[in-house]
Amino acid sequence: MNRYLPLAITALAILAMATLFLVIAPGMQIGAQGPSPGLKPYTEAEARGRDVYVSMGCLYCHSQQPRSIAQAPDAERGWGRASVAGDYAYDAPHQLGTMRTGPDLMDIGDRLPSQGWQLTHLYQPRAISSWSIMPAYPFLFEHKDEPGPGDVVVHLPAPYAPETGVIVAKQDALDLVAYLQGMKRQYAPPTDGLRDDGYALIAAQQQKQTDAAKASN
Amino acid sequence: MQITETLGLLLALSFIISLLALTILIWAIANKQVHTPDADDARTIFTPGEGAEIDEPNKPHHFDTERSGIDRVSAGPVMWLIAAAVFWLIFGSLHGLAASLELHLPDLMSGSAQMTFGRMRTVHLNSVAYGWASQAGLAAVFWIIPRIFHTRLRLVGLVKLGFVLWNIGVAAGVMAIANGWTDGLEWLEIPWQIDIVLALGAACFVAPLIATAKHREVHHIYVSGWYFLAAILWFPVLFIVANIPGVHHGVEQATMNWWYAHNVLGLWLTPLGVGTAYYFIPKIIGKPIYSYAVSLVGFWALALFYSQVGIHHLIGGPVPTWLVTLSVVHSVMMFVPVIAVAINQHVTVARNLWALKESMPLRFIWFGALSYTAASFQGSIEALRSVNTITHFTHYTVGHAHLGAYAFVSLVLMGAIYQIVPRATGKYFPFPRLIAWHFWLNVIGFAVYFLSLTIGGVLQGLAQLDATKPFADSVILLKPYLEGRSLGGGLMTLGHVLLAINLIALGFTKKTRETETDNMVAAE
Repeated sequence: MNRYLPLAITALAILAMATLFLVIAPGMQIGAQGPSPGLKPYTEAEARGRDVYVSMGCLYCHSQQPRSIAQAPDAERGWGRASVAGDYAYDAPHQLGTMRTGPDLMDIGDRLPSQGWQLTHLYQPRAISSWSIMPAYPFLFEHKDEPGPGDVVVHLPAPYAPETGVIVAKQDALDLVAYLQGMKRQYAPPTDGLRDDGYALIAAQQQKQTDAAKASN
Repeated sequence: MQITETLGLLLALSFIISLLALTILIWAIANKQVHTPDADDARTIFTPGEGAEIDEPNKPHHFDTERSGIDRVSAGPVMWLIAAAVFWLIFGSLHGLAASLELHLPDLMSGSAQMTFGRMRTVHLNSVAYGWASQAGLAAVFWIIPRIFHTRLRLVGLVKLGFVLWNIGVAAGVMAIANGWTDGLEWLEIPWQIDIVLALGAACFVAPLIATAKHREVHHIYVSGWYFLAAILWFPVLFIVANIPGVHHGVEQATMNWWYAHNVLGLWLTPLGVGTAYYFIPKIIGKPIYSYAVSLVGFWALALFYSQVGIHHLIGGPVPTWLVTLSVVHSVMMFVPVIAVAINQHVTVARNLWALKESMPLRFIWFGALSYTAASFQGSIEALRSVNTITHFTHYTVGHAHLGAYAFVSLVLMGAIYQIVPRATGKYFPFPRLIAWHFWLNVIGFAVYFLSLTIGGVLQGLAQLDATKPFADSVILLKPYLEGRSLGGGLMTLGHVLLAINLIALGFTKKTRETETDNMVAAE
């Protein structure tokens, strides 16, 4: 290659093609579907809590996308049904995640709805699960001699409780828990919901072949 | 259903376009319809009569002496870029090491929000990706482009402005992330307000390269130039489209996220690394690249296939099936460009193994080039649905990411730094033995790091697929492997410190080589 202009034009055209296929076309398809029927927008407290979730980087250990039963036993673990694109219509930034150092949180509100459990776990995960490697978030809480009116006191087992006084949740912790409690997709998924059905298709194909083999025997 | 069919058609179309374009290219090369780069073109990086001799500070190539005026112009900005890159390398490595320790010692640093894992890890990624690798890559670009074009760098002032803006952007970006101000998307955490500074900085780097290309005194653009000149256009487009606020949300944002995040590797860091290796491997050895015509296939196939692999990060997720399949297919097609580059680079080294003993920079670059082949093969296999089910949400992916961004890109760029700095400054590294120590600390450290995460990741994935095992099992079994990662990461960081020591010490030594005159005499 001896000329720059054709190189530059072709290189940019290829990127434009990739953008069309990976961003624009799926964006139109997903946009045309809209939110899943039954999905509610976040409440103010949930939205604030979601901001805390994003700013603490929870995403880097927790996904929010249960897989289909054809691929993995996510549903058996109580992580909820396989999610579809419409379930995320109100999410910005999206927090789908790519890592499960910790469990998937798409339906955490269904699985662990207790505010008290969540607050204790955020203050010190090892107070609940000795094997946990999740960070503790003591800075989302305050140490007080006496709880004030309206303060939510965190229940802690002896080795983690302060010698005197109490631990109470700051607003950030309460909001974050409100967000986690709201994480439940109890409505039925739309029948035409968009998701990667590749594994289900492969499983169906294999089933067909097994059936055909049985029939021919 | 209509829309699904239309999109299925689009999927087929994309693949057919890519395949057709590649077939036409190969046909054109075979039938000499385009000018096929040949052995003469491959020699444009040498001056007549040069070659078959190792390019090291004691026995410099004629190029350095005959065209030292070219290097003298680029030396300033290149050294600034290198100094800043190494600063971010150390800064980023320490944050990476801290984040790694936090995963098996979770209460070590839980006192403040700034030190929590989710932020430490993110500061690590952004400082090494944008502070270290991008700037070290740009240093190589601004060093190599004038050399392969046989003309001095143009618009140097703009490069300097870009350097200042870029570093302000990276510094503000990591400070924002540490304090909880983030856009919340992987690889795109730096807030869009700060991204404006980074985008302006990136824009400042484009014009000088185009201007230098325009003034070139050789007809042929050497292969490194294709990669660099394309990457310098790809990156600003990617970066700006991905960071426009208010446009993206929900799952559409997720597909955009991985379109960006994989292209910032495939169309930015990879071309910087591959282009640098394409220049320095033959230049250091003193012999042109083997089978130069193949490089054309390697370049265009990379552009066609790599640009569409990103959605393999969402396999099994809430995105349309056709889109996932598209990225899986293109991921597998990545074998084509990777094999082409492997033929060019590995055969050139394999025929001149003696040179590895004599040149430390070549050792770094050769190890990096091997890692490129390994990382790409691994990536293609990892994208297969059956394999991905096991590895997708595990630390295996982190190991793979470091095989690409670290063992490949970073090692190539460290080699480039060791090669460039003595020529840009006219000084020797004061502690040459530390360079060998650096190499072995990085190689051994990385081996420990990679094996830990690869084995641990597979076990983690298998445990999570077994519904009879509680989730806790996948965490407990992972701990020793996370400790292994910290050990490996510690050795790697130590290697980087040796690089910094050598660079700083070099800054305090007096000039020992003369670069500014034509009648240079070897110092020893």
